[in-house]
Amino acid sequence: MPEHTSEVVVIGAGLIGLATAWRLAADGIQVTVCDPTPGSQTSTVAAGMLAPVTEVEYGEDDLLALNLASVAAWPTFAAELEELTGLPAGLHQTGTLSVAYDVDDAAALRRLADYQRRLGLDVEELSGRDARKREPLLAAGVSGGVWVPGDHSVDNRQAVAALLRAVELSGATVIRQRVSHVITAGTTAAGVQLDNGDTVRAAHVIAATGPWSSQLEGVPDELRPPVRPVKGEVLRLRVPEAYRPALKHTVRATARGFSVYLVPRPNGELVVGATTSELGYDTRVLAGGVFTLLRDARTVLPITDELELVESIAGLRPATPDNAPILGPSGLDGMLWATGHYRNGVLLTPITAQIIADTVRTGVLPELGKPFLGSRFGHSAEHLR
Amino acid sequence: MSDDTLLIAGRELTSRLVMGTGGAPSLEVLEEALVASGTQLTTVALRRLDPSQQGSVLDVLRKHDIAVLPNTAGCFTAGEAVLTARLAREAFHTDLIKLEVVADDHTLLPDPVELLDAAEQLVNDGFQVLAYTNDDPILARRLAQAGCAAVMPLGSPIGSGLGIRNPHNISMIVDELDVPVVLDAGIGTASDAALAMELGCDAVLLATAVTRAEHPALMAAAMRDAVVAGRNARRAGRIPKRYHANPSSPLEGRAAL
Repeated sequence: MPEHTSEVVVIGAGLIGLATAWRLAADGIQVTVCDPTPGSQTSTVAAGMLAPVTEVEYGEDDLLALNLASVAAWPTFAAELEELTGLPAGLHQTGTLSVAYDVDDAAALRRLADYQRRLGLDVEELSGRDARKREPLLAAGVSGGVWVPGDHSVDNRQAVAALLRAVELSGATVIRQRVSHVITAGTTAAGVQLDNGDTVRAAHVIAATGPWSSQLEGVPDELRPPVRPVKGEVLRLRVPEAYRPALKHTVRATARGFSVYLVPRPNGELVVGATTSELGYDTRVLAGGVFTLLRDARTVLPITDELELVESIAGLRPATPDNAPILGPSGLDGMLWATGHYRNGVLLTPITAQIIADTVRTGVLPELGKPFLGSRFGHSAEHLR
Repeated sequence: MSDDTLLIAGRELTSRLVMGTGGAPSLEVLEEALVASGTQLTTVALRRLDPSQQGSVLDVLRKHDIAVLPNTAGCFTAGEAVLTARLAREAFHTDLIKLEVVADDHTLLPDPVELLDAAEQLVNDGFQVLAYTNDDPILARRLAQAGCAAVMPLGSPIGSGLGIRNPHNISMIVDELDVPVVLDAGIGTASDAALAMELGCDAVLLATAVTRAEHPALMAAAMRDAVVAGRNARRAGRIPKRYHANPSSPLEGRAAL
């Protein structure tokens, strides 16, 4: 069986794996990326919101700091990607308008805005009328809003295409094979074996395996990360020329207690998401998912009726117990995790790539990454030694 | 208080707080809240969860030895509820079912006609039915007569946090029924849970009040204490309410100055 060697092997060519591979290869490090279908899973399904402020939850301060660092890193990351590849990176700096529909929705939105202000985040409360001045096609019933200038979006499909190109241009190798298992020698990861029997020997193994991270063979049970798949259904609509742009900003809404977001793209696409269910690796799109997304979208944006329904798709978010990613040393020498990004994978792509690449180069996890070690969930390799 | 266990559908519970799992921002926060609540019985929605999936809320329940109470959340007809209950029985290996048949997804109020129909079918099919119902004493009576293992009237609509809007009806239900009465839905804060127990409910079921609180584990602890306080107050026998004051210190033997 052929045996390849590489300084670094990256398992998984989603946004996280590709960006990490690019950063390392750009530094002259020899990188091999293994994935049967690069960029085809969660990275393609996602809506691509960069939403550290509008997605903030009580008690997730470390994650907020990481999210803010990454949203700040996106413009440079995108510019470098575009300069290298000549392809659009997909960054769309529009700001985000959160809106409420009925009085209960408005109360929930105000409660969140209070919390956002306490955290020192940039939010501006608006009347329903002022919210509709920013987005005139919003429903007459919109009762209030919050303007968040720092939350943007990325066309994640463009980002995937650009990153794939960047990886190749930087001299990394992409092998379109599934990794069957990680090769270990004692407590050291020494490479990966592929489904076709080939092996890739490497001093560094980076697992960017998203929702499949807990299934990665070769990793001792005690070190498997607590990552579970959380299904989300997403719709892609197309705004007819005559109505463009139906929305200028990302709009998040709470409509009669249900949450929905609408992310406009410059090309007239409007992404509507997302449902949440814990149904294992099921990626069927259910009628009820499409129904609730469209119901809530048309509640806040009545012109939804006139848009073309182009795609309904479901993907799997890699969720961890505390909603924050798992970054850095895995407990096996030579192996790093870059996984568990849950709802923030697109957002956290630049900062994750930077943290993981720095760790490979220096052997030390940067300060910003330290709260996100997998060992915070009580996993340890000590007994293996 | 080991002499005060609750017997519900053949299960003995020392905690009278039943928890729901919906609305928590993360699994970790949910776990902390469940532990702080001291609950021994917790509902999960079959339609939103694959029981075979590793690392889900079910693992959390197993880890802390909390029994699973599957529910039929999301069902609008008796037919759907019966189908869902049967799936739940197979998936969770339990004949316990929290029966929930709601009229629409805006009010989430129980549909009384469908509810009673489903309850009758499920009892006939051997289920231990815990029926989520309106605060209507007559409907509660009919559900008990149908053979439900517990009747669970709402305090106010699900997730509203409006507390107990009709305490008198809850009292009537408690007085009339021989099966356990669990106040389910509408709890907003600890005093609501204490009131439910003071009214004579056997237990309280809540989720949103905890999972969407700013500090879920702290609110869960507050609910645990409130349920115990309300229960103790009920058993202690409260004093009658009076129109005028009644001195708590004796007036006899005071110096006649």
